[in-house]
Amino acid sequence: MAGHTFRGFIRPDGSAGIRNHIAVIPTVSCAAGVAANIARAASPAVPLLHGHGCGRALEITMHHQVLAGLGRNPNVAAALVVGLGCETVQASSVAGEIAKTGKPCEYLVIQEQGGSRKTTEKGIEIVSRFQKDAQALRRSECPVDRIVLGLECGGSDAFSGITANPAAGLVSDWLVGCGGTVVLTETTEMIGTEHILSRRSASPEVAARVEHIISQARRRTHDILGPLASCVIAPGNMDGGLSSIREKSLGCIVKGGGTAVTQVVDYGQAPASKGLVVMDGPGYDMESLAGLAAAGCQLIVFTTGRGTPAGFPLVPVIKVASTGRLYELMEDDLDINAGGVLDGGSLEDIARDLKTFAVEVMNGEPTKAERNDQNGVLCLAVMTPAF
Amino acid sequence: MKHDILLISPQDNVGVALADIPRGGKARISTGERVEAVDDIPYSHKMALQDIRAGEPVRKYGEEIGRAQTDIPRGSWVHTHNLQTGEQ
Repeated sequence: MAGHTFRGFIRPDGSAGIRNHIAVIPTVSCAAGVAANIARAASPAVPLLHGHGCGRALEITMHHQVLAGLGRNPNVAAALVVGLGCETVQASSVAGEIAKTGKPCEYLVIQEQGGSRKTTEKGIEIVSRFQKDAQALRRSECPVDRIVLGLECGGSDAFSGITANPAAGLVSDWLVGCGGTVVLTETTEMIGTEHILSRRSASPEVAARVEHIISQARRRTHDILGPLASCVIAPGNMDGGLSSIREKSLGCIVKGGGTAVTQVVDYGQAPASKGLVVMDGPGYDMESLAGLAAAGCQLIVFTTGRGTPAGFPLVPVIKVASTGRLYELMEDDLDINAGGVLDGGSLEDIARDLKTFAVEVMNGEPTKAERNDQNGVLCLAVMTPAF
Repeated sequence: MKHDILLISPQDNVGVALADIPRGGKARISTGERVEAVDDIPYSHKMALQDIRAGEPVRKYGEEIGRAQTDIPRGSWVHTHNLQTGEQ
């Protein structure tokens, strides 16, 4: 399957975007209103609104990296960072990290500019300039090995693990076989598969990291939920025919396919390796999407059994329904129906549909979430974990 | 042709029921084979597609999900009553 290509926007650092967005990134929630006003007035620009950036001692470093990572994402042509001035995550520093990619990036500090209006006016000027330059960029032929694909499952049902997730796994294997990168995350949903992922690891160091992050997730689940920990995974699943936590988790990690784990990265950290990469992150969908985007994923495949409208502002999110019933119910939000597996179709057929659509999306075809303008507020992970 | 049992990975010795399969029913496997159910197999539960001897691995997703607690004949329902998963 080697030799596949797509038409992307080549960035100065050699990465390839499948979208050409101008990002407006507030470093702190206090600057969100100004960032939103700039993006609205200078449309099309994408405001990355979030509720963080200050006063969360444990998350300062992580949130700094995540906001910078979002600006560095290849789908971003240029970024404007908007700070307040007194926050812990400083605009100059976030902008400096983004500028290392060579893409246009500037920052404004509201307290230095003299308030909202002056900052907004200046921001509109900057974004308009960015847009002119971005509009001049053209798509060109790129090998598919430039793609970093993120994987997410949310609102799972009894079929997610036997239809949508294994189909996603075949697409992961295809992309890794082409030399690309796949990021599997949601550590909570790997509990019970430590020895399997560790055996599949490319080196003893990677194996040790895999075991470490999963055992931490297991411990956190028990520390926080105590005797309720097993309820995160248990009785409903047992009724649904899953005999153990490991079996349930296997149905989640199958999204990553069967290739070797080449690296373990932190939440929002960009992989240095090609192949299948595990990102240590929460199971909460919205935080997970932000982490994948910050890690540089240009595309996300999101499998779901209950259905969700969620997308992500910078990154096309392909939604795969586990059953035909769900697909028909929420067709407005779902791109691919994996339910054909239940009606005599093969996993290979679904995987082919998913791969074909994924390449179309790389070439510019909008996903349902993009058509529905699902550009909500970002959720960044916090140290008090979500499950 | 519509199948009643989905084999996820070719290395698996259990498949997943896509409908309730009554004891004695001839289940159609996604590989084209037919296997007679020796138990009632509830929808979304697992059926043994080979004879699995006590102590042998039970495989789904190409991975071991546990060991057979007893001899599990082909066509049996496989769940917590005959599968040792090593978890509390």
